[in-house]
Amino acid sequence: MITVLGFWTLATLILAFGVLVITAKDTVHSVIFLIANFLCVAALYVLLHAEFLAVIQVLVYAGGIVVLYLFVVMLVNLKRAPEDHVAPERLGRVGLVVAGAVLAELAAILVYGFTAGGWSAPPAPTAAADAALGNVERVGLMLYGDYLVPFEIASMLLLVAMVGAIVLAKREL
Amino acid sequence: MIDLVVIPALKIVILLIGLLTAVAYATLLERKVQAWVQSRLGPMRVGPQGVLQPIADVIKLLLKEDITPARADKWVYTLAPIMAVVPALIVFAVIPFGPSSFIWGRDVPVYITDINVGLLYIVSVSSIGVYGIILAGYASNSKYPLLAGLRASAQLISYEVAITMTLVSMILMSGTLSMVGIIDAQEQAGLWYAFVQPVALLIFFVGGLAETNRAPFDMPEAEQELVGGFHTEYSGMRFALFYLAEYINMIVVCTVVTTLFFGGWLRPFPGAEALAFLDYVPGWIWFLLKTFVIFYIFMWIRATLPRYRYDQLMRLGWKVLIPLALANLIVTAAAKVFLR
Repeated sequence: MITVLGFWTLATLILAFGVLVITAKDTVHSVIFLIANFLCVAALYVLLHAEFLAVIQVLVYAGGIVVLYLFVVMLVNLKRAPEDHVAPERLGRVGLVVAGAVLAELAAILVYGFTAGGWSAPPAPTAAADAALGNVERVGLMLYGDYLVPFEIASMLLLVAMVGAIVLAKREL
Repeated sequence: MIDLVVIPALKIVILLIGLLTAVAYATLLERKVQAWVQSRLGPMRVGPQGVLQPIADVIKLLLKEDITPARADKWVYTLAPIMAVVPALIVFAVIPFGPSSFIWGRDVPVYITDINVGLLYIVSVSSIGVYGIILAGYASNSKYPLLAGLRASAQLISYEVAITMTLVSMILMSGTLSMVGIIDAQEQAGLWYAFVQPVALLIFFVGGLAETNRAPFDMPEAEQELVGGFHTEYSGMRFALFYLAEYINMIVVCTVVTTLFFGGWLRPFPGAEALAFLDYVPGWIWFLLKTFVIFYIFMWIRATLPRYRYDQLMRLGWKVLIPLALANLIVTAAAKVFLR
């Protein structure tokens, strides 16, 4: 009962903050709503007994990445009009394509969920298994076991991004 | 019902009262220690030896006019002190002050909770605290607070990397993320981790000074360059909240150092049988004693060392502490694999 109540409250808050992020006039306000949104998502993870994921969500997203967003927002003057050479119609078309792709993805997930087993709740983690193996250990085993290749690819991707950022920032090197 | 609601609520109330009193008297201690180092007496007027000074300070702060600058972003201006103080307070949920003790036949641990990701919880919650500083600087709509806010956030991000890296080597040592588990691991080893991981202790301590904006790393508050720092425009109770957050953060760093490196509630040399009589002293007294000593060292450093320049501070963080922390992590991991 409490879980269901918690889920609907959090889901409402997440959606509300999500809408506020894109409708807020001041960019800094939208960043603050984004923090609130991420914190609510973290609370949702706690509800799913994924404490490790919740803490990482707060540490990496709410505490790390958004700080950098705030940095960019405060250092770059965003009140200036956008560059002239980007035509608004073109932005609209790109937005339409991206939104369509996301919609298709969500629809695919919904259809897959229906065909795979209807609207049944995901199996609750059994208490015995939890006691035997902690949250952190299980995430570690999965990352370095079942999902080793995707994990390594992701780390390569991050490395490439980092090298690229350094090259862009320090052209004289 | 009693175990789930009443006892935790009581513990939270006692902790908050204790913490706020401790902060009030920490300000007095800070002034007194600085005064003694500089051959002065410090506050002497309110009460004998000035012991009632914190109460006078609190009354003054509460009664002062609360001013919001006309061009400030009012909403964010109000939010910033709250975002600074709340993360600082909720960190204490996982600080283990003492082992379980029997009170009226009931087994009551002297900490609020012990979660299996305790250490990460502390790191992540305190990483939220930086918003208070940045947003205060931004919302004041004034150039000195903005500069101070940017400096503070750059400093926090830089030193967080080194600190988190040393925490990883401590996790490798103890094999757990739970704060109570780390103390238990030290009890089993019969040794405080300060003796095994002196480099990690050094990095964590220096990083802790920088994270709490203390001298010699008090760049965000450099009064000669930035007037008063990110809270220049604040007054009254909202200003007091920033001070509260700063002192609570200091206490947090001291308690984490105590837990990770100085055995938490364990007596000195927990492995030595000859010192077993020290166990008659309750664990939480050991904990508070160690925390106080580390806190005193914080004050001592402030009264002794001159401030770093901003570029020196960044160089120390990125070119010394982070490589050192990485090397320490690799050595720890290698030792863990080869020495078993």
